[in-house]
Amino acid sequence: MTDRPPRYLSARVRAWGLLLPAFLWTIAFFFAPLAIMGLYSLWQRVGTRLVSEISLQNYEKFFAKSFLFQSLVNSIEVTVMVTVISVLLAYPLAYILAERVPRRWQRLALILAILPFWTSYVVRSYSWLLVLSEGGILSNFLLDMGITEDPVSFANNRGATVVGFVHFFVMLLTLTIYANLVQLSPSYRKAAADLGAGPLRAFLHVTLPLTLPGIMVGAFLTFVLCIGDYITPQILGGSRELLLPQTIMMQIARRSDFPMASALAMILMAVVSLVYLACARWLKIDRV
Amino acid sequence: MFSLTQGHVKSALPRHSGRLLGAAVVTAGVATGSVLFPLSAQAAEELNALVWCDHTDPALIKPFEEKYGVKVNLKEYEGTGAALAIVEQSRPGDWDVFVIDGVDVPRVVEAGLLAELPKGELPLADTFSQVQMTDVTHKDGKMYAIMEKFGYNVISYDKSKVDPADMRDLQTLWSDKYKSRIAVYDYYIPLMNLVALKMGMKPSDITADKLPAIRDELFKLKDNSAMVGEVVSSTTALATGEADILIGGGEWAVAVMQSENPDLDWVLPDQGGILWSQSLAVFKDSKNKDLAVEFVKYVMSPEGQARLATSSCFWGMPANKKAGALLSPEQKSALRWDEQEKFLANSHRYFIPDAELDAEMLDVWTEFLQH
Repeated sequence: MTDRPPRYLSARVRAWGLLLPAFLWTIAFFFAPLAIMGLYSLWQRVGTRLVSEISLQNYEKFFAKSFLFQSLVNSIEVTVMVTVISVLLAYPLAYILAERVPRRWQRLALILAILPFWTSYVVRSYSWLLVLSEGGILSNFLLDMGITEDPVSFANNRGATVVGFVHFFVMLLTLTIYANLVQLSPSYRKAAADLGAGPLRAFLHVTLPLTLPGIMVGAFLTFVLCIGDYITPQILGGSRELLLPQTIMMQIARRSDFPMASALAMILMAVVSLVYLACARWLKIDRV
Repeated sequence: MFSLTQGHVKSALPRHSGRLLGAAVVTAGVATGSVLFPLSAQAAEELNALVWCDHTDPALIKPFEEKYGVKVNLKEYEGTGAALAIVEQSRPGDWDVFVIDGVDVPRVVEAGLLAELPKGELPLADTFSQVQMTDVTHKDGKMYAIMEKFGYNVISYDKSKVDPADMRDLQTLWSDKYKSRIAVYDYYIPLMNLVALKMGMKPSDITADKLPAIRDELFKLKDNSAMVGEVVSSTTALATGEADILIGGGEWAVAVMQSENPDLDWVLPDQGGILWSQSLAVFKDSKNKDLAVEFVKYVMSPEGQARLATSSCFWGMPANKKAGALLSPEQKSALRWDEQEKFLANSHRYFIPDAELDAEMLDVWTEFLQH
């Protein structure tokens, strides 16, 4: 009896001790930088000086200047497009991997599926430029097939940016959906079939709902990574339009306007947070 | 000249911002840069230089290292703002040599970062008089930097696809003749300067009330263009045939590729061009000042100048005219050596606006990109 309280306290202290490194890490490398960025977003750059008076001027400027606000709209449009297309392509791929490819070949098939991850992100984007540009593989193929008479360019526009993104994120989504599918017991579908459901009905009412967590986790990761990406639109988009990360980069690279860049980054983070809240009920990793 | 190397012309990092966010921006670059190692175990005969990419060519650096038996540690940077942040995060004396955008020299001198150069020991008299820019490199009669290389933001093109005569007239780029065949170099200062020339103004005539007209011209240019891109994207567009013309380009964009594609060329239009320049300086706190000065003298020598002019990263005109004797006829042709006097006479330096106008110009440029 007398030993219990000290043992309890000791376990608690030990638990806090184990948590402390992660806690300190999170404070040092997440909360502290976030707080600094939040504070900076309320300051202003006037000329070459940084004025540390608190105001919402940067946020007001963002909403007042249509070309700045438009970059957020563009980012959301591109990101939603990429996420939807990636899910539509990744699900059948994951399904085939999990259900149609024999177990012994699945590992190899997965490795092949994620091969693009092994290439540098920048190199991969420039490679797409060589495929999509006027003298590129796609244009030459269309010319050779007699489909077009003149070279066609598919690069330097929103479509090229979407293609570059989708190529990357289909792999990510395939992994999360595949992980979900292989955990699904075949007995669910058998039970549905016993109860008279056809393959399509069993898929729509059993398999799909049960793999929704995998889809949502992959879709959320796609959304977060895509909306914050600078490289792909910069290389493939041809600056036909600006996405929010490009606008943030302009504030830093061109004028060292860290307060404005911080405000834009906070807005980006707010959007991601809202999307997280909207998806939170599905974002349970243990269910993937 | 470059968006990444000069797109910061008014971007002095405030002292306290450099310590917070500046540190975050720079840390990754410094940590992965080659300089971290040398700084931690610096030998007596090592020189640490903050440079543009053209100085990283071994053909330029090796002869100096061999002659003096020293090691030159090169840290390539992008943008004067980034360079100043690196300096701010370093200890005094860590850096010896500084390659810096010509237009940014006054503010670096003003910040007290540079040492006086021994004017009498440098071949100032051999340099093109138009790029000596003593108003920029000198203060109170003392010389703090020397212009080492220059060139133009004008028009690069593929002469197998366009009429070279058309390229001498900026107006052509606004006509339908080359619609969707134009790449635009993504750097607002030289591009808006070129638009001013097209409109019959001098770049220095740009004021806030002229910006709406400049914006309209930029929008028309965007409608005619295939893409807008920074250094790599825009030159890649020209090299791959995605675009036939690069406005804002020049010898720096095509000369290095001419051996592979002789059809790539550049020209200064009749309306004029925008002159870029880069300079060489020694840090005031350098611990190897004598060696640093020797390095400056080497780079400014005809041999150093010829190697710098034809660096594997990008080409540009050597400031020292005597380098011409060491360049091949093909190299001189790629640099349009024989037309330099005419080009220089018809060129304007970068117009550097005050901070307020700079912000407005950047807003117009953002609008242009979003158009």
